[in-house]
Amino acid sequence: MSILNINNVHTYYGNIHALKGITINVEKGEIVTLIGGNGAGKTTTLKTISGLLQPREGNVLYNGENLGKYKAHEIVYKGISMVPEGRGIFTSLTITENLEMGAYSRDDTQGIKDDMERVFTLFPRLKERRNQVAGTLSGGEQQMLATGRALMTRPSILLMDEPSMGLAPVLVELIFDTIQQINQQGTTILLVEQNAHMALSVAHRGYVLQTGEIITSDTADNLRNDPAVQKAYLGME
Amino acid sequence: MKKENFIWNSIKIGLVAGAIGIFLCLVGMVEIFSKRDVVKDVISLGMFLLLATSVLAGFIASRRTSDLLEGNKAVSNLLAGTFAGLFTGIVLALFVLFSSQVNLRAVFLNVTPALLELLTFGQGTDGVWQILVFGTVAGLVGGAFLLLSPSIRKPIVNAVMVIIFMALFSSLFRVIMVNQSGGIEKAAKYLFSQTGLTANGGLIFFFGTILVSVLRSSQAGKVQNLVDKLPQKGKLSLRVASIILLAYVVIMLPNAAGPFIAQVVVIISLYILMGLGLNIEIGFAGLLDLGFVAFYAIGAYTVGLLTSYGEFGLQHVSFWVAVPIAVLVAMLFGGLLGVPVLGVRGDYLAIATLGFGEIVRLLAGSDFMAKYLGGPRGIIGIQKPCIGTLGEFVAVDVPRVCNGIELGKPQEIYFIAIASALLIAFFSYRLRESRLGRAWMAIREDEDVAEALGIKLVQAKLLAYMLGAAFAGLGGAIFATLVGSIFASSMQLIVSINVVALIIVGGMGSIPGVVVGAIALIGLPELLREVSEFRFLLYGAALVTVMIAKPEGLWPSQNIRRELHREEAAPIPSETTS
Ligand SMILES: Nc1ncnc2c1ncn2[C@@H]1O[C@H](COP(=O)(O)OP(=O)(O)O)[C@@H](O)[C@H]1O
Ligand SMILES: [Mg+2]
Repeated sequence: MSILNINNVHTYYGNIHALKGITINVEKGEIVTLIGGNGAGKTTTLKTISGLLQPREGNVLYNGENLGKYKAHEIVYKGISMVPEGRGIFTSLTITENLEMGAYSRDDTQGIKDDMERVFTLFPRLKERRNQVAGTLSGGEQQMLATGRALMTRPSILLMDEPSMGLAPVLVELIFDTIQQINQQGTTILLVEQNAHMALSVAHRGYVLQTGEIITSDTADNLRNDPAVQKAYLGME
Repeated sequence: MKKENFIWNSIKIGLVAGAIGIFLCLVGMVEIFSKRDVVKDVISLGMFLLLATSVLAGFIASRRTSDLLEGNKAVSNLLAGTFAGLFTGIVLALFVLFSSQVNLRAVFLNVTPALLELLTFGQGTDGVWQILVFGTVAGLVGGAFLLLSPSIRKPIVNAVMVIIFMALFSSLFRVIMVNQSGGIEKAAKYLFSQTGLTANGGLIFFFGTILVSVLRSSQAGKVQNLVDKLPQKGKLSLRVASIILLAYVVIMLPNAAGPFIAQVVVIISLYILMGLGLNIEIGFAGLLDLGFVAFYAIGAYTVGLLTSYGEFGLQHVSFWVAVPIAVLVAMLFGGLLGVPVLGVRGDYLAIATLGFGEIVRLLAGSDFMAKYLGGPRGIIGIQKPCIGTLGEFVAVDVPRVCNGIELGKPQEIYFIAIASALLIAFFSYRLRESRLGRAWMAIREDEDVAEALGIKLVQAKLLAYMLGAAFAGLGGAIFATLVGSIFASSMQLIVSINVVALIIVGGMGSIPGVVVGAIALIGLPELLREVSEFRFLLYGAALVTVMIAKPEGLWPSQNIRRELHREEAAPIPSETTS
């Protein structure tokens, strides 16, 4: 059974038809990427999964269970955690406080401590700056913090919205390394990206989204070799 | 070139200062304040305003000149000050001449003959030349002031400030001191006149402050050293001692100072209660609420209905039973308001709550509800709290006879108000540190992210409204009891605005900030009757000044401080936290 099934989902903003019947499957343990240009509907997809938006048609199944009846915060409790676009960290809090905020849904003090250590092992830079105010962090560090904070809910699936946005190439690579590491530690990942090149290099499978529709899906390797994808998303002729 | 430049600059400063002077006259400050003295028979408060403007103009011009000429050439500094002062005087003199010829009163009510009289030192238009002299000398003094060394300048500034402070609050000090016996009473008469300081008082405060300032700047290090050297235990007892002293002052104040001061403190406390309530909504959860007075009104009306022995009293329970009920009712309404406006954000939320506040006020004063709430006649005969037998604690005779201690006077309600404010401040503090407090903080920073972290938005927001409303309801309940009656007309929008303003001035999200804001914006105008005429001017000035000079508020919370001073915030060295 897939961990996540998105079945023929239609999502609207008022009259704007943002998702026009998309279907995506994510298996446990995978990294699946959803690539697409600006305004394709990537963020909308993640928001629909995490309950911030309701699909007007279709449904989202998590371990076979329909998420439609749950509110956003309940979905977090179930084990789906999102790293939002633009990171959404709390700029006036310190790193430690941000991470604690990530553990809001939990009350096992020891477990929280352990997970905080885990985050600090993944991102040693955060550990060095643990008492620094998050607003003073660089873009890359903020992305690390947002990722770490999402991990603090101990998710079984992590939804990441454009983690490479606005980062220097070196940092992008670092972030994607960590994504793989997180995945190897057992967290399933749905990775939304415009940076198709990087996304396809770490993902197992990928879906291509265009103006609210999935136009193709395949293994990451095949997509990388697909001429249409190369032309549109990998900048090759 | 440079020379002309600095003179022209000084003239400009003088013109601006003159305009400020005219403004002070037109709004009526000069005339009203001239009834108060800084030092009796020497200078009135109104004249002091103009004098201070001219001196300041001279000082600023002089400082600019130092900048412009990149050096401190005494003559040019003095020249600059003189010019600035002269032109301040010229502008004012022209104003006097103009308004003695043209009747400005049709538009500017405050341009009275008395004002002109005042500005010309009682000599009519013939005395106009004196304004020029007055301005020039003041400017010269201001310009010269810059030339003094800071170690002399500072004590003088301190002394002037102390004199102004003492003069402003002279009636307060006088009342307190006169109520004592013997020497203190005599000292009061020696230092303070009815309207300000006496000449002797002025001299004593002036030289006293200078002495203290000088001593302090030379001895400060030693005292600090002494404190530092104290053993841990000594420091603790120092703190305990200061708390005991503070408690003593708080307990003795109403008896020493009398009903007026006690009432002012009660009103400050009520605004602290409301401020702490609204602080939960605005400061903690980031929900702007402009209809906050509604909850205050609900608390007040509930107590009225439950305890009044007038025609609208439904029940006659005691104050002690009525207050918790009032708090609960306010809380309930907080929840009711919360439900429909939960989906509304930002500016729209402000408008929706503004509407709510007005609806409650209009309903309370309407004929429609007059059968129950008294309409414009209000509810009167609200019972005073009584500490008596257990039976009296619950049910109450009509009209009540208190067999124990009745807490009726402001000096007695004072204790209830202070105790409530302390309790609620403590409660606020615990709330902020709680899990719910963290949820609010996350919501304030970013609702979507908060939701994505598993925070129950609806629940957290509703609780913010309910707890905020509860605090305001408590304030309203005490207010109703203090005054003994309530009228819908006292539940104006301005109350809500006052509360928002005091939170902003004090520092959003900061609990001590609410206290500071309430004292500054509510307490000062209450104490200074003359100033309360210009309450809104003061608010505007305070808000603008705070926003420019200290946007985080007078006593900001740590988070806001961190946010606003991000670039300066040096990375805190990582301590050994867990
Ligand atoms: N809050 C909104 N209101 C209306 N339209 C929106 C809103 N958010 C996104 N859209 C529209 O939905 C489409 C998909 O947006 P989004 O999911 O943010 O794209 P992506 O994340 O792929 O860049 C776009 O056409 C966008 O304009
Ligand atoms: Mg997006």
